[in-house]
Amino acid sequence: MNEGIIKAGNLGKKYRISHQRSGMRYVALRDVLTQRARNLFVRDRAPGPDQEDFWALKDVSFEVQPGDKVGVIGRNGAGKSTLLKLLSRITEPSAGRIEIRGRVASLLEVGTGFHPELTGRENIFLNGAILGMGRQEIKRKFDEIVAFSEVEKFLDTPVKRYSSGMYVRLAFAVAAHLEPEILLIDEVLAVGDAQFQKKCLGKMDEVSRGQGRTILFVSHNMAAVKALCGRAIWLENGMIRKCGEAGQTIEEYLEFFSGEKKVTDISRKKRESKCTLRAKITKITLTSGGSVNPEFLDSKGTAAVRLKVMASAPVRCSAQLIIADEFQPISLIDSGTMHGRMYNLPEGESEVECRIGPFNLYGGKYKLKCGLTVPGQEVIDFVEDAYEFSIREYDPYDSGYNLQKHFGFGLVNIPHQWQ
Amino acid sequence: MEKSETIIIEPGRLERNYWRDLWRYRELFWFLSWRDILVRYKQTVIGIAWSLLRPLLTMAVFTFIFGRLAKLPSNGLPYPLLVFAAMLPWQFFANSLSESSNSLIGNSNMISKIYFPRVVLPASSVIVSLVDFGISLVLFAALMLWYRFVPDWRIVLLPAFLLLAFLASFGFGLWLAALNVKYRDFRYIVPFIVQFGLYISPVGFSSSIVSGKWRVLYSLNPMVGVIDGFRFCIFGGHSSIYWPGFVLSVVLTGLIFMTGLIYFRRTEKTFADVI
Repeated sequence: MNEGIIKAGNLGKKYRISHQRSGMRYVALRDVLTQRARNLFVRDRAPGPDQEDFWALKDVSFEVQPGDKVGVIGRNGAGKSTLLKLLSRITEPSAGRIEIRGRVASLLEVGTGFHPELTGRENIFLNGAILGMGRQEIKRKFDEIVAFSEVEKFLDTPVKRYSSGMYVRLAFAVAAHLEPEILLIDEVLAVGDAQFQKKCLGKMDEVSRGQGRTILFVSHNMAAVKALCGRAIWLENGMIRKCGEAGQTIEEYLEFFSGEKKVTDISRKKRESKCTLRAKITKITLTSGGSVNPEFLDSKGTAAVRLKVMASAPVRCSAQLIIADEFQPISLIDSGTMHGRMYNLPEGESEVECRIGPFNLYGGKYKLKCGLTVPGQEVIDFVEDAYEFSIREYDPYDSGYNLQKHFGFGLVNIPHQWQ
Repeated sequence: MEKSETIIIEPGRLERNYWRDLWRYRELFWFLSWRDILVRYKQTVIGIAWSLLRPLLTMAVFTFIFGRLAKLPSNGLPYPLLVFAAMLPWQFFANSLSESSNSLIGNSNMISKIYFPRVVLPASSVIVSLVDFGISLVLFAALMLWYRFVPDWRIVLLPAFLLLAFLASFGFGLWLAALNVKYRDFRYIVPFIVQFGLYISPVGFSSSIVSGKWRVLYSLNPMVGVIDGFRFCIFGGHSSIYWPGFVLSVVLTGLIFMTGLIYFRRTEKTFADVI
């Protein structure tokens, strides 16, 4: 069994995009007819200048060995979902060839084909059939599926009365009990509570390890990819940018984005009128883990923030940093008021440095504000949006579960111990 | 576990394995039909009542207008029976048409997420209409009992004409379903076709009142052949078939079915991209 279970060669998928109707998804017969009629009168019209070919995937070749767990990563629109669609035969490739040895099941979205009016029991059968299970196979696994989904009590309730958590659990339970040789998964884990996500990852891990199943896993959640997959394919603009060991590929992928340079000259940013500007912060520089001014910060890591100050005369003041998100300040980091640390800044250029971290912030977008004050008396300078950064993912317990602030459970992880 | 086999995906490959795939997905077909039937009779409290009420009310109105007011001939038959015998295939046709033309749009999330032969969807909606047809048939039997009417041996031919009705509905359904995906304003046309079709089909009257040379033209409507056939099977000697017209109807039905299937198959691989 040395031959690949999936072999893709020079795979390509072309879409025709129309510029004229870019806002509309559908063609209306009415429009087609009027267009044709207009073309009858306007002779010298070029045939379709408003259309353009777009290659969602191009020249993609790779091979997957039986039992491999391969993560597919890349930005939105890089071609990840198109690749899965081709592998699951939902659309035909425009070029190239795929060879698949074994049964393929896709979980492009759990709960596909669920009907809200039907009961949980009925939906298990229906969904099973849609995912490619036979009636006998579903019957055999029925109890197992129900036990896994934890919705025994509501089996005969229409799923429209289910909570979204129950719905997803049931849907995933059916899917997890498929027995294909190859499983395609797309962002399934973006839903459900932490505990259930952990269970799903465990199940997938068990499935691929114990039964030698091959998994292709498309996700934006790098923690999950790292936890589950041994290899990763990084797609960029429809082409394979890198294909290799998961940890390394992810690292390069993340680095690729942090390389995009930020503007850190803040001397021209708007100040409030209360600032006296005896001294002015001209530049903010953030260093973390070897990279300068990264877009993404490691929530468990530390960073050094340096403020470059231009003073017209010597000034004695405290410096402050505020970590905030778009709604509210989260943490005040002030040198003067609490630490009693005042800086004596000379005339001309000087620097103030502060080491912060670990941040323990949930995934999301944040910003740094910075300022110089004489505590209780004077605001010398204050910049609202001095530096913006993102936490891509935060997995405090190494569980493969990615804590994001938009989940609504909070912003910061405070160290704790349950007794 | 099924024995593993090699699947090869290439441009244009889908075509070649089409019928084999269709066979492999037969269970999905039954499950979808089962789902649609379940939903249809679960969703509305008056689910079954509605499928009884609709033909009965139509029958009453048509009997009153065509039988009483217009005094059209019924060839010695009770007028309600004459109307109902035509309502059976007509309702089946109309239901199948509207259900199957919506079947792809209504299941768009399945189409964009999972592979299966798409023809399964319109086919299963025709099956649902078949269940409605069955219910109406029971009602019709009761009506015949009421009028003490016993059909003769020709009734055994009924399945053949049901098949004809099936081919006509499925053929049109395939066309409309595929066109509906591509041109989204087609859904406005379908109710019109159904309504218009009711007027140009001999539902409320016997097609024998259409005379002479007009009759061939009239038979261009495939449902004329189907409805005439139904009346022929049920009423035997009381109703006759205009054979040249009937053959024309059958040929047209076959043509629509074949072209529908071809058009559907040609467009189906792009459904997931445009839906």
